[in-house]
Amino acid sequence: MRVRVDMNLCQTHAQCVFAAPEVFALNDDDELVYDATPADALRPAIEEAARACPVQAIFLDGD
Amino acid sequence: MPGRIAIAGAGLAGLSAAQELRRLGHDGEISMVGAESHRPYRRPPLSKDYLLDHDADVALPGTGELGVTWLLGQAATGLDLAGRRLLRGALPSVPFDALVIATGVRPRTLPGADGLRGVVTLRTLDDARTLRDALAGRPRVVVAGAGFLGSEVAATLRALDVPVTLVEPDRVPLRRPLGEQVGAIIADLHRAHDVDLRLGRRVSAVTGAGRVERVHLDDGTVLAADLLVAALGAEPQVEWLHGSGVRLDGGVVVDRHGLAAPRVAAAGDVARWPSAMLGGELIRVEHYSNAVEQGAHAVRALLGIADRYDPVPSFWCDLYGHRLRSVGLTGAGYELRLLAHEPDGRFLAEYHHNGRVVGAVTAGFLRRLTTYRHLLTKEHA
Ligand SMILES: Cc1cc2nc3c(=O)[nH]c(=O)nc-3n(C[C@H](O)[C@H](O)[C@H](O)COP(=O)(O)OP(=O)(O)OC[C@H]3O[C@@H](n4cnc5c(N)ncnc54)[C@H](O)[C@@H]3O)c2cc1C
Ligand code: SF4
Repeated sequence: MRVRVDMNLCQTHAQCVFAAPEVFALNDDDELVYDATPADALRPAIEEAARACPVQAIFLDGD
Repeated sequence: MPGRIAIAGAGLAGLSAAQELRRLGHDGEISMVGAESHRPYRRPPLSKDYLLDHDADVALPGTGELGVTWLLGQAATGLDLAGRRLLRGALPSVPFDALVIATGVRPRTLPGADGLRGVVTLRTLDDARTLRDALAGRPRVVVAGAGFLGSEVAATLRALDVPVTLVEPDRVPLRRPLGEQVGAIIADLHRAHDVDLRLGRRVSAVTGAGRVERVHLDDGTVLAADLLVAALGAEPQVEWLHGSGVRLDGGVVVDRHGLAAPRVAAAGDVARWPSAMLGGELIRVEHYSNAVEQGAHAVRALLGIADRYDPVPSFWCDLYGHRLRSVGLTGAGYELRLLAHEPDGRFLAEYHHNGRVVGAVTAGFLRRLTTYRHLLTKEHA
């Protein structure tokens, strides 16, 4: 499974960090960093993060 | 899986429920009954970018791919629980096998201001259009209520250089949701941006010939105004459920799994649930993330595959270039510890209850805030 965040859209709301902390985090400069190829088991959490993102910046593809 | 699903309220929580149903492989009928004529959209921009920028986007993607039957522009008027159908006035009722109630909240209005033009509330896209149009004439604005919405509207209007008087009955803005010290920081932010902040005052009357001209405060002050934004909080939209058998008490009350009745779940701003973190006390929040999370959870509750609903709430709010963000429970009812407060307005505060941290709020210390999320999840896991 591949995850992509459109960093032009992302406003570091960090809602994704709350929804799926295993995949999304903030670095020392409060910028979003994420695991682009997370384990499939995390899919529900990532889908939830994608829905929780207030600017819909998170995209998921592949199975 | 129950065959026909009805969702009352075509908002964020309702959409999240529909998405979760499809994600779980439900291929039966989903009917979304919505009072507004729009498909679900994002409300947060309505008090932010949407007022500043005519191209601001409020769309929620994916509504076209859900295979949902949209029954929009007509509210549900009743629930026939025994007959398992949603009533829609004179229109055909909507039969269902399972129901999600997600009718949200409606803004409180200012008593005595009915019928005067220039008195507005802000909840829907149509409200936001009305407000945006009114701003084109650079009106003198009074905002009644310095909660999240009123504070945010005041901040956005100042970005447009519109003069704003902000009237709040409490000692500081946002005292109840965020506590006294944080409220005081927000009061300073308003003042630093030339908002005429009237604390400890309430709007007692609005007068004018057909439209608002003067706003009267309870200390006798009279403010000349062209526009009054009533941001006085909101009430759960549950009138249509009176007498239905669903338990109503400050919202639709659900059990620990999210059910309001057999095969009836509730989610989003309208729902009140027993909080695990607070030993079962009923809580209701008006947060974007909760609507998303609880909407999806409601569907799992209907399918009997839900754990206890036990979210870590979080919200954000944009004020003068600062983004306030919270995690967990915040409010005047908890002990507040201000851990950082910088001259530029950035701050970090913790909330304690019964000897442990239950939440935190920040402007500017985001990464530190995310560490609370981990802590809170662990603590009551
Ligand atoms: C201007 C504004 C700014 C906000 N900013 C933020 C923010 O910065 N951060 C944050 O976390 N949250 C914010 N929120 C709150 C967030 O938008 C809400 O928590 C969220 O929209 C709740 O979703 P919901 O689906 O429960 O309710 P809603 O989105 O209100 O959806 C409920 C829908 O049900 C409809 N309805 C009502 N009664 C009936 C009926 N009888 N039959 C059929 N339909 C009915 C309503 O018309 C509405 O369309 C903001 C809200 C507003 C209004
Ligand atoms: S929730 Fe969306 S905007 Fe916020 S950090 Fe994650 S991707 Fe960015």
